[in-house]
Amino acid sequence: MWTWFYRLASPPYVYGFVGPAIPWLLAAAACLIGYGLVAGLVFAPPDYQQGDAFRIIYVHAPSAWLSLCAYTTMAVAGAIGLVWRIKIGFAVAAAAAPIGASFTLVALVTGALWGRPMWGTYWAWDPRLTSELILLFLYFGVMSLRRALDDAARGDRAAALLAIVGVVNVPIIHFSVQWWNSLHQGATVMKFGKSQMPGSMLLPLLAMLCGFMIFFVAVLCQRLRAELLMRERLAVWVREAIRT
Amino acid sequence: MMQAFWAMGGYARYVWPCIGSALATLAWNLWAAQRAYRQALAGARRALAMANP
Amino acid sequence: MTVNISAAAAVILQRELLLGFRRPDQLLQPLVFFLIVTTLFPLALSAQLSLLRDMAPGVLWVSALLASLLSIDVLFKGDADDGTLEQLVLSGVPLGVIVIVKTLAHWLVSGAALVVVSPLVAMALGIPFGAFGTMMLSLALGTLTLSWLGAIGAALTVGLRRGSMLLSLIVLPLASPLLIFGASATDRAITGSGSAGALYLLAALCVLTSTLAPLAIAAALRITLE
Repeated sequence: MWTWFYRLASPPYVYGFVGPAIPWLLAAAACLIGYGLVAGLVFAPPDYQQGDAFRIIYVHAPSAWLSLCAYTTMAVAGAIGLVWRIKIGFAVAAAAAPIGASFTLVALVTGALWGRPMWGTYWAWDPRLTSELILLFLYFGVMSLRRALDDAARGDRAAALLAIVGVVNVPIIHFSVQWWNSLHQGATVMKFGKSQMPGSMLLPLLAMLCGFMIFFVAVLCQRLRAELLMRERLAVWVREAIRT
Repeated sequence: MMQAFWAMGGYARYVWPCIGSALATLAWNLWAAQRAYRQALAGARRALAMANP
Repeated sequence: MTVNISAAAAVILQRELLLGFRRPDQLLQPLVFFLIVTTLFPLALSAQLSLLRDMAPGVLWVSALLASLLSIDVLFKGDADDGTLEQLVLSGVPLGVIVIVKTLAHWLVSGAALVVVSPLVAMALGIPFGAFGTMMLSLALGTLTLSWLGAIGAALTVGLRRGSMLLSLIVLPLASPLLIFGASATDRAITGSGSAGALYLLAALCVLTSTLAPLAIAAALRITLE
């Protein structure tokens, strides 16, 4: 019964398994993102307070969410690698890092562009954006550490440990920044109570969230294939895989 | 009608760069993943050629 | 082979402290760095005491953060290079104990010393005497927490020749909650608006890192030295 689970630890099985899934995942992501963009930008009514500027949420929120998910993926995959000595875990962690960092950057850029009409300035030290910025620094730390160690296996394990330390820290950072913000300035938090959002606004947002997540999985699979080929390039299964 | 859509109620300067940067990052991720895959494939082929010339 | 752990810990602590005091330069350099950085701020900003007092907590805490980080990157390097660490591990003392003792010893010669000289800096920045107690307590808790975090970074970068920049890159984001709570405790002590909340949070962070960080440091050393 558990054989499928054990197979997930075998590089050739995973390599063959994720490849055919990628086009389907990408197609699903394209549909969801396409629907979300059209419905969010065209059909959703403008917000009564923020006007059309609120439409930035359709790319900002999914990117911010994805940045956190990718970091968690990196830490969990790294932990799996460290605890059970499963090499796939490190490959997943290495594949997730650049994707997560790129979307952290998007969340920061879109947040700043949203801040300009809302607060009159691009950067108002909003607690969410500040935590997002610290998250970007955490990504940089993990990626630099992996590259800095000469021995690839050692770099993998060190980066995994740092990602785990970071994931313990992320809620603390989030709480402390929130606390710091309540101390120094009034509420500049972007207010978006999900409950008060009408369906015509909420549905495209959910579609975008799902679309971004599926896109993340698809790109992660492709990067994972690359990592596996690179890490196992002397293995017999790679020779057979690239001959065909 | 079309013009009103592009104007985004006067917020076009902020909305469109956001959408643009998000789409550009989606595209970059696709391209970078594909490039990483091709490089890894080429590396594996080189390793194979070195092993049995 | 059984080892009396507390006796072994006492021996390691004694050795670490002896090494610390045998090299007074290494003891003094972080302190002098701390004094120099805090001197730079009035020169760069303004010498007006009323203005300085507003910025004093931030200046004090950022300087303390940088001074502690600069001294911690050699925490494991010397012992790892000359094989002492390996011998210690082979002696049967658990790596966790070695790590705890070494980090505490480092805090005693760097963090505690920094707390002792901090009133000097506080006076120069115009912090009132009434706030000294809170400030020193917050710095004591903060530098201890930072020693644990810094030791994780030091263990991860121990094999690198130029690891100190990477160490800062790794540890500074992790230390941001510390800076927030510490600076705000000091700030509230100056304005007299009740610093207990911030101190409690700081103490909570200190307890959390004191329990979890030794595990992470030991794991990191196993990774980088095996």
